[in-house]
Amino acid sequence: MTQAPAIELKGISKAFGPVQANKDISIRVMPGTIHGIIGENGAGKSTLMSILYGFYKADKGEIFIAGKKVQIPDSQAAIAAGIGMVFQHFKLVENFTVLENVVLGAEDSGLLRPSLARARRELKALAEEYGLNVEPDALIEDIGVGMQQRVEILKALYRKADILILDEPTGVLTPAEADQFFRILERLKAEGKTIILITHKLREIMETTDTVSVMRRGEMTATVKTSETSPAELAELMVGRKVLLRVDKAPAKVGATVLEVKDLNVTDNKGVHRLKGINFHVKAGEILGIAGVAGNGQSELLEVLGGYEKATGSITVNGQTIDLTGTHSDGRSRRARGIAHVPEDRQREGLIMDFTAWENVAFGYHHDPKYQRGIFMDNAAIKDDTVGKMERFDVRPPDPKLAAKSFSGGNQQKIVLAREIERNPDLLLIGQPTRGVDIGAIEFIHQQIVALRDQGKAILLVSVELEEILSLSDRIAVMFDGRMMGERLPAQTDEKELGLMMAGITKGEAA
Amino acid sequence: MDVMPKWADVVLIPLISLILAATLSAIVILAIGESPTNALKIMVDGALGSTYGWGYTLYYATNFIFTGLAVSIAFHARMFNIGGEGQAMMGGLGVALVCMFIPWPHWSLALLGGIVAAAVFGAAWAAIPAFLQAKRGSHIVITTIMFNFIAAALLNYLLIGALKPQGSMEPATGKFPEATHLPNLHDVLGFFGIEFSKAAPANITFFVAILACVAVWALIWRTKLGYELRAFGHSESAAKYAGISPTKIIMVSMLISGGLAGMMAINNVQGEAERLVLNAVEGAGFIGIAVALMGRSHPFGVFLAAILFGFLYQGGAELALWTKIPREMIVVIQALVILFTGALDNMVRMPLERAFLAAKRRNKGAA
Amino acid sequence: MDLLTFLQVLDSTMRLATPLLLACLAGLYSERAGIFDIGLEGKMLAAAFLSAAVAFTTGSAWLGLLAGIGASLALSAIHGLASITFRGNQLISGVAINFLAAGLTVVVAQSWFGQGGRTPQLAGAARFEPITLPFADALRDVPVLGPIYYELISGHTALVYLALLLVPLTWWVLYATRFGLRMRAVGENPAAVDTAGVSVIGLRYAAVAICGVLCGIAGTYLATALQAGFVKDMSAGRGYIALAALIFAKWRPWYALYACLLFGFLQALALRPDVIEGALGFKVNGQLLDVLPYILTVIILAGFVGKAIPPRAGGAPYVKER
Repeated sequence: MTQAPAIELKGISKAFGPVQANKDISIRVMPGTIHGIIGENGAGKSTLMSILYGFYKADKGEIFIAGKKVQIPDSQAAIAAGIGMVFQHFKLVENFTVLENVVLGAEDSGLLRPSLARARRELKALAEEYGLNVEPDALIEDIGVGMQQRVEILKALYRKADILILDEPTGVLTPAEADQFFRILERLKAEGKTIILITHKLREIMETTDTVSVMRRGEMTATVKTSETSPAELAELMVGRKVLLRVDKAPAKVGATVLEVKDLNVTDNKGVHRLKGINFHVKAGEILGIAGVAGNGQSELLEVLGGYEKATGSITVNGQTIDLTGTHSDGRSRRARGIAHVPEDRQREGLIMDFTAWENVAFGYHHDPKYQRGIFMDNAAIKDDTVGKMERFDVRPPDPKLAAKSFSGGNQQKIVLAREIERNPDLLLIGQPTRGVDIGAIEFIHQQIVALRDQGKAILLVSVELEEILSLSDRIAVMFDGRMMGERLPAQTDEKELGLMMAGITKGEAA
Repeated sequence: MDVMPKWADVVLIPLISLILAATLSAIVILAIGESPTNALKIMVDGALGSTYGWGYTLYYATNFIFTGLAVSIAFHARMFNIGGEGQAMMGGLGVALVCMFIPWPHWSLALLGGIVAAAVFGAAWAAIPAFLQAKRGSHIVITTIMFNFIAAALLNYLLIGALKPQGSMEPATGKFPEATHLPNLHDVLGFFGIEFSKAAPANITFFVAILACVAVWALIWRTKLGYELRAFGHSESAAKYAGISPTKIIMVSMLISGGLAGMMAINNVQGEAERLVLNAVEGAGFIGIAVALMGRSHPFGVFLAAILFGFLYQGGAELALWTKIPREMIVVIQALVILFTGALDNMVRMPLERAFLAAKRRNKGAA
Repeated sequence: MDLLTFLQVLDSTMRLATPLLLACLAGLYSERAGIFDIGLEGKMLAAAFLSAAVAFTTGSAWLGLLAGIGASLALSAIHGLASITFRGNQLISGVAINFLAAGLTVVVAQSWFGQGGRTPQLAGAARFEPITLPFADALRDVPVLGPIYYELISGHTALVYLALLLVPLTWWVLYATRFGLRMRAVGENPAAVDTAGVSVIGLRYAAVAICGVLCGIAGTYLATALQAGFVKDMSAGRGYIALAALIFAKWRPWYALYACLLFGFLQALALRPDVIEGALGFKVNGQLLDVLPYILTVIILAGFVGKAIPPRAGGAPYVKER
């Protein structure tokens, strides 16, 4: 075995301003294999691959392709070296056709017509070879994410890529679509392509890869053969210590119904029906977990409950009807009703990243009389409040004057959590509570959620992480395509059944 | 992570930008065969060398404080109000109407009436673009530009028609009644026994402008409305989450902005001209953009920048009088200030940030 | 109203629409590539001055044209530097450019010619002369078609015909060439272009440069064809009307032609109050005609007559996401 590796990276380092994203990373990938790169959010996986694709420039380090040293200053060079990449967020022009997107940047000549004609023929051939059927004249904005992903793969193949980098490819896919996607990968591998799969999901690594590299905080901690490792070992390598996935919690002491949702419908401004007749309830003292692949209506559900998306249907909280379209359908009125909301995306919604920690502690509650002094806001009172919250929620560094953007993901989330939980709400809405949060903070956040439930509060938890849903929830509901697929008790279901429901299949149909 | 200390952002960057703009202006003056040092001397003498000069400098500065605050408050809500010019024109119309058609008993009441009318007319002119932005998503920059032209045409129409005194050939209103004339700085400071030029146009409006600075500061950093406005400016999606209505913030910020721009009219129309003429605003609405950028949208910064531009305006007029440098040189300087403090901000900022980062690393290495 | 008067109005429509059309197409290239440009006005003004100054000095309108394009390109370079390289605010950069041109043209004109910020009158070869198309004189007396050919179609300067030719050319570039595809893509999603191995910066600079060339022609036309020499602020808001026309046309070349012809027609009517009175039977205020393009644009922007959706990446500097 003296074959040269398809890719070899030696001593790659990259810093973004004061943040060191990659530290002295070396890696070898043999041709015709699927190589996984696993690590937590922010571990530096995507940065490393973006360097290989010429999207970022490394500060230090060397790249070898098929044994030859190459410079990859831009994506042009990466493409010339036979590398293709499918980014987590697709790089497609929405109002172009599939064909135009495939051709863009790989045109044959100054005129478009011959290029488009050739691309049409090639696309047909590739579709037959790899089972990647697409409609060449469809506009990107009119096709689903699964199709868009195919277009991205076809773009790479059209450019004669031998090495394919896939960044978190299954994040937007249902388990069924993911299965189909992995079959395509197998086929690509059989044709001799080298594949690098970036993911944070252990199962995908175990099922599809030949070798796996683990990254932690910008460093490569290990590279092992997949057949010689176990999920537990990988998890430990990822986080640096043994991981406790199950949360200890007492049985729920369920009280009266707090939230009752009936026949909830949402149509977005493009006329797409996002929620289709949703019904459910949450009682005091229990956690209702909502599972589902991202983009199946969970975000819209939280937005409606949080007061910033219009809907039809009925919502009652503690028996009182909530205004869904009028002047009281905003976040402020919801808060007044005892609804607190930890949003899915703390950077876009939960926090103002340029505001200080203390300004963020008042965010959404800035009308609170205890934050006022006459016609002015009582900034000193807010700062005092912040100091206490930072202490109780172990926010580090405990400096109220620091801008939100200067805190780590976990500490940002603790600020939001402190603000919302200490309002002593009757109902807590919480979306993706631990996305982009380090393991230590995850345990803390889970404990806080369970503690609130044990105080007899109702909690609606939305998460795309099935493990999180299974370990925290007292009841589990699954959403698919804007509908509730049904409810299960955690003890009476498993990942497999929930996965099918997330793909829109209930047990009766599957049989 | 903040890589630069706050003082560098607030003081150092504007200072460097200003030096760059000044250097290029000096080169332009050299290129047309004049001496920059001599030009600067004439400007300083003319604008700051006498109470007469100061009177003009402060008069111009008063205009720029209002328009600068107008642009600033909109900036805080991430609105670019480029329509200060038209809003100030309409403010002038408001002032003219109340001065001409209401029999004021005393200047103090006329001043209050003028303030209200100017603010209401300015705000009204900002209201339509604001509404279109909030409700229909029409780009506020384009609509406010269009409204500048529409305001100019409307004013032109009125001043050659309905508002022109009979028999007059000039497109202007008649002189406002005596009771509406505002005391100038000579009168105000004379009350305290301070000698000040009688001929200079600076008037009591200057103090109104200072009050406006304080009020805007308190509004932005000390009230719920200001908090909501800044939150919306930083992140619209987060503002929605917090229950802050985008429509309300867009409307309110633009109405305040338009009102402030309109209030400039109590200085130039009621205070100085004492009648409404065509082109009374003389580009002050646009200078507000330069002043806001230079002053980092902070009322105190706006105050300082407005004084600087007041100096440039008065100094520029002196230049045109004593040298072959035309008045338009000020427009060049203004353009360079907008260019360096606004559009080319990163040209100054990026190398500075790198320098601070390197210094930080070195310190860490040493420690 | 007789045919001849009508043709005269249409003839001046053509002449007044030409600078609007050139500037509008200039803006189209820039904005389709994702760079907003409210500096069209300033670029036209700078070109008007330098073309007139050089045409007067050299006696050649064509050298004037080159100089006009050069002046406009220099301002385009500043806009590119600010909005592409240094990722500044494109609107603020545009504002600065408009002032820079408004100030510098007068300062330099005063120092160069000493005539109060204007250039001397241009005459002879220093101006673009009307071109009489073949057989125009011979066909002049053919009923109806003759006058149309003679009055309306023939007898414009080369720049008018150039502007008209640029419409199909722009359409072709935009939709039939590789450059057009990439340019449209960079205005919609620059990350797609970047990851496809094409330089976002290169494309955007190219588009901004084309915008500069076209604004240069527009400005030259003002000073050396429409009028005979430069006077202070002679662009008179045409850059903004062109911007309005661009929105009106929803960033498409053929519609840009129609919008500019409409706005040119309004300007031509404003010059002939007698014609309107004759046609409508009552007086229409000249100011109303002047501001009609702005009012129409506000109505279009308000979305009451179809929605004008600008290129999606417009106005935003391209920063690789973290």
